[in-house]
Amino acid sequence: MGSSPASTSLEISPVCSECLVATYAEPEALLAAVRTLRAHGFKIYDVYTPCPVHGLDEAMGLHRSRLPWVTLAAGVLGLISAISFQFYAAVFDWSLNVGGKPDNSTLAFVPITFEITVLAAGLATAAAFLLRSGLFPGAPARLAGPRVTDDEFAVALRWRSSVFETGEARRLLHDSGAIDIRQAVMEL
Amino acid sequence: MTSPLRATHADRRVRLPFRRWLDGDPSLAEITDDVARPLNAWPGRGWFMCFAAAFTALTVGAGCVSYEVATGIGVWGLNKTVGWAFDITNFVFWIGIGHAGTLISAILLLFRQRWRTSINRSAEAMTIFAVLCAALFPLIHMGRPWLAFFVIPYPNSRGPLWVNFRSPLLWDVFAINTYLTISLVFWYVGMIPDFATLRDRSGAGIKKTLYGIASLGWNGSLRTWSRYETLSTVLAALATPLVISVHSIVSMDFAVSILPGWHTTLFPPYFVAGAVYSGFGMVLTLLILTRSLMHLETYITIRHLEAMAKVTLLTGSIVGFSYATEFFTAWLNGTLYEQATFYYRATGPYAWCFWTMVACNAVAPQVLWLRRVRTSVAALFVLSILVNIGMWLERFVIIVTSLHRSYLPSTWVMYRPTIIEVGTLVGSFGLFFTCFLLFIRLLPMIAIWEIKADAGVEAHGELAGIDVPGDLARV
Repeated sequence: MGSSPASTSLEISPVCSECLVATYAEPEALLAAVRTLRAHGFKIYDVYTPCPVHGLDEAMGLHRSRLPWVTLAAGVLGLISAISFQFYAAVFDWSLNVGGKPDNSTLAFVPITFEITVLAAGLATAAAFLLRSGLFPGAPARLAGPRVTDDEFAVALRWRSSVFETGEARRLLHDSGAIDIRQAVMEL
Repeated sequence: MTSPLRATHADRRVRLPFRRWLDGDPSLAEITDDVARPLNAWPGRGWFMCFAAAFTALTVGAGCVSYEVATGIGVWGLNKTVGWAFDITNFVFWIGIGHAGTLISAILLLFRQRWRTSINRSAEAMTIFAVLCAALFPLIHMGRPWLAFFVIPYPNSRGPLWVNFRSPLLWDVFAINTYLTISLVFWYVGMIPDFATLRDRSGAGIKKTLYGIASLGWNGSLRTWSRYETLSTVLAALATPLVISVHSIVSMDFAVSILPGWHTTLFPPYFVAGAVYSGFGMVLTLLILTRSLMHLETYITIRHLEAMAKVTLLTGSIVGFSYATEFFTAWLNGTLYEQATFYYRATGPYAWCFWTMVACNAVAPQVLWLRRVRTSVAALFVLSILVNIGMWLERFVIIVTSLHRSYLPSTWVMYRPTIIEVGTLVGSFGLFFTCFLLFIRLLPMIAIWEIKADAGVEAHGELAGIDVPGDLARV
């Protein structure tokens, strides 16, 4: 990596800055930086990447998402409501004699029950994902850098001058190969 | 705020290790550029010619459907015996086409087949357009499509008289609507990060606004990515049994009846294999055209086409084996009617349909055992057209030959399509290709983020000491 001082963008006043954002050109450099920062006790606010980076979840110590529980709950709900509704409609509410088949033809209710289970589970999981991630039409995109959705990888440390010595953070970020380090106002 | 370092950044673009599924070694920024380029450039002559043809076909179809709805089902060649023919053939054909998309995007995702990355987006789009085309046919077959909502079990003033939950036709309604909905969700969710990428590279204007709305405020946060990957896996796991259920249920429209030639337990797996086979045929047709039309040979390589050819060979062989099994079962069970149906299929008035179908579906794909054929774009294109023809004929043969010679000789009739039915079929192709051509101009037809992530996997594999072939040089 180049030897140019990465601290040239220090001129922003810390008063209006909330985050220290370092940008990397390569996912491996980012991964190494995340590991180093965490090893030195810094708390990383978030990492921004144009694509999922293998191993980053572990490096950040992220827990597994609980979305599958939503899938299970919605699936079970869909299953129970579909089978009971078909049973109610075909047996209690208005039983039709179709070719002498029994009113409660449970096996014949299986395909629709399966479809409703999948539908409920899929829609609920997608909705839970959007809700939990705060994604909705018109939501403002709070970018850590102009190219984090293209070819740059950024790590954001929450800026609190009283909490950590920025010189140390900057040195670590610089040594880990950051191509740009800056303080940014980010409503993260 | 810009640091002086950024000026040199363009010269220090990321060079990730050699990727087996891409030709050349595009950097991350080049991947974005290559996929986004067609969305900003003015379409070429080739695109306009294709679009004009597709739109003309769509117009013809719209005219035929309008005429049919205004006049009545009598404008079709259906009669008392053959009550299902072109309409349901087209329905099953299009539903089948729709199966490759989900197979590629969901099943191959679960099996971690990385070659799917370049083609999954367009295959998913194809699925959605094909299911739309399919849904059109039962709708217009109702004769009074404005009453289509009767198939939904809603509290009504007729009792409430509920729909018949024991009927496979109703299972179809649920299966197809669920399939369409889940496919749409899968497709859209997959595009959110790419919309964000496009948003951030567009200058202020209508495009940026639209991409901004569609990207839902995506900013590439790791926490979101982490959940996002869970969501993708969950949706893939749900779509996998779904895709198998859909064509199984479609096959039960036939198998649950008592008609010779339909009443067989072989139908669900046979139909699913046929659906994947026809779907891959259509994916091949579309991608061979698109990769040259849109200059995406770097991403949709000959190795992708070869991988698809292998799936085509496998499913084509299952289909061929199913044909043989049907005849064997008819011979083995000793039922006169069953045997007569298959005898008429092979020798009756529609024998030419049957033998063309056998040639296209059982014989033709066997040339794919040869590597030279699998790696020849021209040969694959011709074969993919044969697959499409063969699979359309398969549905026609199953539906019409069974109906036109059933139990009583007094019901034996011939069926011939009218020009209106042919026009409607042409129109459905028009609808399909119009949608697809608009898709490749308006939406990222290759999943940008997935291509990048794959590159990252190989890079990481190399870091972790896993053997990754090729040039590992990095800037």
